Amino acid sequence: MNETTAHAHIQTAHAQTPHSQAPGQQHPIRLYLFVWGLLFVLSACSYMVDYLGIQSYLRWTLILVFMMLKAGLIVAIFMHMAWERLALVYAILLPPVLVLVFVALMVSEADYTIFTRLAFFGAGP
Amino acid sequence: MAQTIETHGEPDLRPVGLRGIAADFSSDQRAFKTASWGKAMMWIFLLSDTFVFGCFLIAYMTARISTPVAWPNPSEVFALHIGGEDVPLILIAIMTFVLISSSGTMAMAVNFGYRRDRHKTAMLMLLTALLGACFVGMQAFEWTKLITEGVRPWENPWGAAQFGSTFFMITGFHGTHVTIGVIFLLIVARKVWRGDFDEERRGFFTSRRGRYEAVEIMGLYWHFVDLVWVFIFAFFYLW
Repeated sequence: MNETTAHAHIQTAHAQTPHSQAPGQQHPIRLYLFVWGLLFVLSACSYMVDYLGIQSYLRWTLILVFMMLKAGLIVAIFMHMAWERLALVYAILLPPVLVLVFVALMVSEADYTIFTRLAFFGAGP
Repeated sequence: MAQTIETHGEPDLRPVGLRGIAADFSSDQRAFKTASWGKAMMWIFLLSDTFVFGCFLIAYMTARISTPVAWPNPSEVFALHIGGEDVPLILIAIMTFVLISSSGTMAMAVNFGYRRDRHKTAMLMLLTALLGACFVGMQAFEWTKLITEGVRPWENPWGAAQFGSTFFMITGFHGTHVTIGVIFLLIVARKVWRGDFDEERRGFFTSRRGRYEAVEIMGLYWHFVDLVWVFIFAFFYLW
């Protein structure tokens, strides 16, 4: 990279990350209160899924959507991840995504276990 | 290049995006430029804790999928008898709202900490600790109720025996985290209250200068406890 392009990158970095210049993550209280309210509403929604007795795929879609929205808000705003540098964001958020591979392995393993249990011991204990 | 000699606290002149990641990871100083070592270490601890809780929830999923015996319906198991009828999951709902509120007060404590308003910060942290203690209290009530109903790590009255072991393991480990968090909150709140971070008094254990960033690092731990509860709420109580 020559000096001119390096300088151009520095300029964009400067323009795109105004927050990271402020020492120690200063954000308006109003934003925290808004997220707090949103988390209340989302929790109420996931509680209503159970209270109204919604079943099957719709239940799972709603539960997972509300769960991910809540988790995302907590990590992004309360834990300030939205304003951290990408190096930290990727180092922390990518490894848990790989846990999904482990989940898939164990679903397959559990399916095999229940299959052999039913095949050799029948349905009851 | 000029930006490689930037240090923490000075204006951020580093490249962004993927180029920024490459520059940060290949730097000859620290990878996480804008996060201090304290914050980065708390994040890495929380990442390790994510794997622990992840393994617990995966073990629970495996046990639940692979048992031929019917799994107890959490909606009925965790119902409370109020005013002549069973309200499903009501205690869990209240616990969720209490924990979310504690996360809200913690976020505001961090904010007032950076404004160097030590009394508001300390009071908000004490409020957070109080809400956390309420949560643990309600969990003790929940455990007591289930134990009197006959739930044990090896059996329960409603079906699959694995229900008891996974319930006590997952909620117990989360409750331990909340309890440690309450103690941690009280320790940091005391430091804030007597002005340790204003006069940069050295820590008794680390002998490093105290800074208001300690409140944010404490906050990271507390929000993580709330975050784990989001997943336990979805996978254990709503499934």
